[in-house]
Amino acid sequence: MGALQSLPDEPEYRDLSEKTGFSFEQIGILHKRFKQLSHNEDTLRRDDLNTIPDLSCNPIRTQIIEAFFDKRNFHQNGEGTVQEISFEEFLVVMSHFRPPALDMTEEQREIIRREKLRFLFNMHDTDNDGTITLEEYRHVVEELLSRSGALGKETAKGIADAAMLEVASISMGHMEPDEFYEGITFEHFLKILKDIEIETRMNIRFLNMDTTNLCKVNRAYPDCTSLTKYTDKLLESCLWFGFGLL
Amino acid sequence: SGSFLLVYLYIFLVVFVGIGLPIEASAPAYQSHGTEGSHLTNITNTKKAFPVLAVNYEHVRKPFEIALWILLALLMKLGFHLIPRLSAVVPESCLLIVVGLLVGGLIKVIGEEPPVLDSQLFFLCLLPPIILDAGYFLPIRPFTENVGTILVFAVIGTLWNAFFMGGLLYALCQIESVGLSGVDLLACLLFGSIVSAVDPVAVLAVFEEIHINELVHILVFGESLLNDAVTVVLYNLFEEFSKVGTVTVLDVFLGVVCFFVVSLGGVLVGAIYGFLAAFTSRFTSHTRVIEPLFVFLYSYMAYLSSEMFHLSGIMALIACGVVMRPYVEANISHKSYTTIKYFLKMWSSVSETLIFIFLGVSTVAGPHAWNWTFVITTVILCLVSRVLGVIGLTFIINKFRIVKLTKKDQFIVAYGGLRGAIAFSLGYLLSNSHQMRNLFLTAIITVIFFTVFVQGMTIRPLVELLAVKKKKESKPSINEEIHTEFLDHLLTGVEGVCGHYGHYHWKEKLNRFNKTYVKRWLIAGENFKEPELIAFYRKMELKQAIMMVESGQLPSVLPSTISMQNIQPRAIPRVSKKREEEIRRILRANLQNNKQKMRSRSYSRHTLFDADEEDNVSEVRLRKTKMEMERRMSHYLTVPANRESPRPGVRRVRFESGLSV
Repeated sequence: MGALQSLPDEPEYRDLSEKTGFSFEQIGILHKRFKQLSHNEDTLRRDDLNTIPDLSCNPIRTQIIEAFFDKRNFHQNGEGTVQEISFEEFLVVMSHFRPPALDMTEEQREIIRREKLRFLFNMHDTDNDGTITLEEYRHVVEELLSRSGALGKETAKGIADAAMLEVASISMGHMEPDEFYEGITFEHFLKILKDIEIETRMNIRFLNMDTTNLCKVNRAYPDCTSLTKYTDKLLESCLWFGFGLL
Repeated sequence: SGSFLLVYLYIFLVVFVGIGLPIEASAPAYQSHGTEGSHLTNITNTKKAFPVLAVNYEHVRKPFEIALWILLALLMKLGFHLIPRLSAVVPESCLLIVVGLLVGGLIKVIGEEPPVLDSQLFFLCLLPPIILDAGYFLPIRPFTENVGTILVFAVIGTLWNAFFMGGLLYALCQIESVGLSGVDLLACLLFGSIVSAVDPVAVLAVFEEIHINELVHILVFGESLLNDAVTVVLYNLFEEFSKVGTVTVLDVFLGVVCFFVVSLGGVLVGAIYGFLAAFTSRFTSHTRVIEPLFVFLYSYMAYLSSEMFHLSGIMALIACGVVMRPYVEANISHKSYTTIKYFLKMWSSVSETLIFIFLGVSTVAGPHAWNWTFVITTVILCLVSRVLGVIGLTFIINKFRIVKLTKKDQFIVAYGGLRGAIAFSLGYLLSNSHQMRNLFLTAIITVIFFTVFVQGMTIRPLVELLAVKKKKESKPSINEEIHTEFLDHLLTGVEGVCGHYGHYHWKEKLNRFNKTYVKRWLIAGENFKEPELIAFYRKMELKQAIMMVESGQLPSVLPSTISMQNIQPRAIPRVSKKREEEIRRILRANLQNNKQKMRSRSYSRHTLFDADEEDNVSEVRLRKTKMEMERRMSHYLTVPANRESPRPGVRRVRFESGLSV
């Protein structure tokens, strides 16, 4: 792992940086993580992500993992899913969670907002027909409440129905009794979520600093292996917590 | 013409009250003495005529005066809102101070001593309701997302203000021409620490009317709340040392330790009382009428306890309100929630009004010592230090924030740093041994007037001019709620994929801890298992039902004609008529059962509210679902033959969604 601290490959990283907007250091750190997850191979599979312990108690784990293998999120106008992804595709999916820069114009922010909402839309629209049907929405709410047992399943239906009703009322306004509302299109989706300020909410922190290197000195003492692991984690979490507060 | 009449009425009232109070205060001593005296004298004296009518003012004097003052304050408040042109331009706080000045002036003209804002009264009675109101209804999500920024502004910003101002004022006093060479460094620093803190009362009063976007609002407001610990420590520190005269390094170190003790201690005391309140509310299901009192009393006890130990009372109150709220709200009835909300708003409104009026009266009361240079420099330095502080700190903070603060945000944060009654009371608390006390008081009052009048009045047009983002008027939307929760899980998951222990990871851990251990103890019945989304959905349903009851009509609240039929039309084959009838019968029986169950509760004082509320709501619910029933028949026809009918009313939620299966 220490070898990767040498200078990153300049031309390759430059290309990726231009495409995704990450800095060289961030790409380096994410590359390290990619190698860690894929066990030093060049491609990542679903099982690699399934083994992450932090994801195990997440109610929407399957959808998150699927999002990484969804071709629609690779910005190449592809459709369908793949079985394994390269580092470039991994980075492109991650770039959906970058915050907008301070000096962006209103149009640029609008583009970023659409991109992030498109990502969310793709997560819901599993059959890729361009609309979120009632069944798909019900599935989303059920997954969210999946940890509440049987009670969750019944109310999920009620909640999803009420939500669909709300979308239909906001987007369509008036419908005859025998007309049928097919499903939430992307434009309707944008409309109902326009107040949520997604470009400021849907971000995670990509720091430029690799925090595990701060504990490099401890690695010199092989008999303290378990202790170093804990101090590493502790220091890292303290730093993240501190940054997270801000 | 109506508003002119009102203006005359108010002038009359001001004059009447202004004159009436001091006359009563100095009422001649012809009132009857205590009953024991008259009892004895009755035997020995000659028989007098039985007093049909007698005046005994001393008996009721104190409560009478208090009630009269409060009535005056509220009538003023009433008056301002009846004159729309005035209330649109001038913030209420300014008008109230002017009224205070008028009343104070009147009292002085008559020759009486106008009452001054007693610090004890202020800190023990007038301030807690406002802070509790703020803390209980603090919007948690924006607060926790920005808590780091808020703390930096509150702690480091206030420290910077205090030292910058104190230092420069000391330098000013060294100049011969000012004539204040007697003022030493510690006194100046003490003054700096009093005047540097942003005041929550003033900020609330002004920001409430400008409806600015959530981020800036929570930044300024949070800062005004959290800087109390710094103010307390600095004030006590400098007060102690200005008597002694010197400061050593050990003292400074102890001061820093004191700061942590004061702030964390205050939060701890507040949290303890908060948990106690939550635990108590778990058992109040049979005595709903006194539920709100528990909330108020526990919070007030938290404030008093922390004041007793010289900890930060404001932080204790905030911590108590924040900790107690989610659990208490899960336990108490809807009516108790409304009561708490309205009482808090009422008390804080009255307090705020009284504070501003008394500020005006106290200004007239004096004593004053005016020194042009000192006062003007203080005002200018306040502004300058605030602006410099905000710009400098934002520059550092922006390096760590995901969502950076723009220049407009910074401007509003700097301009919204208003000073208020806390500074005045702290100045008033200074013992008379301080030679500069009067000068300081005058300067403090001038700063307060400047910030409240000038900054308070101009902030609204400036917000319009700079086109700062305003608060969005949003109704609760179930889609937004679903996606907020979805986003939380999504971001936690992606952080997990990245291998970072970030903001969402820790939030998730806290939530899980909360759910498994804390909620179990503090929430009554089975409610603790209920996820937030379901609680939100039920609340929305309840609100809709109540709205229907109030408006007295049945049709759907949504203005459109879209119903479930448009979403999911019948795609299932019809079942036989007999089966249809059977299902209808079962469902009708269920509805009847529930109706009877609700009605049969006995009419008693303790369950009065509950029965009322449940009745109305369930009535509406039944009517609403009956209507839906007709339209959604096709859904019910998918019920397979071997499934038993839904059990009557175990939980409202189950009953309701049982119909939609």
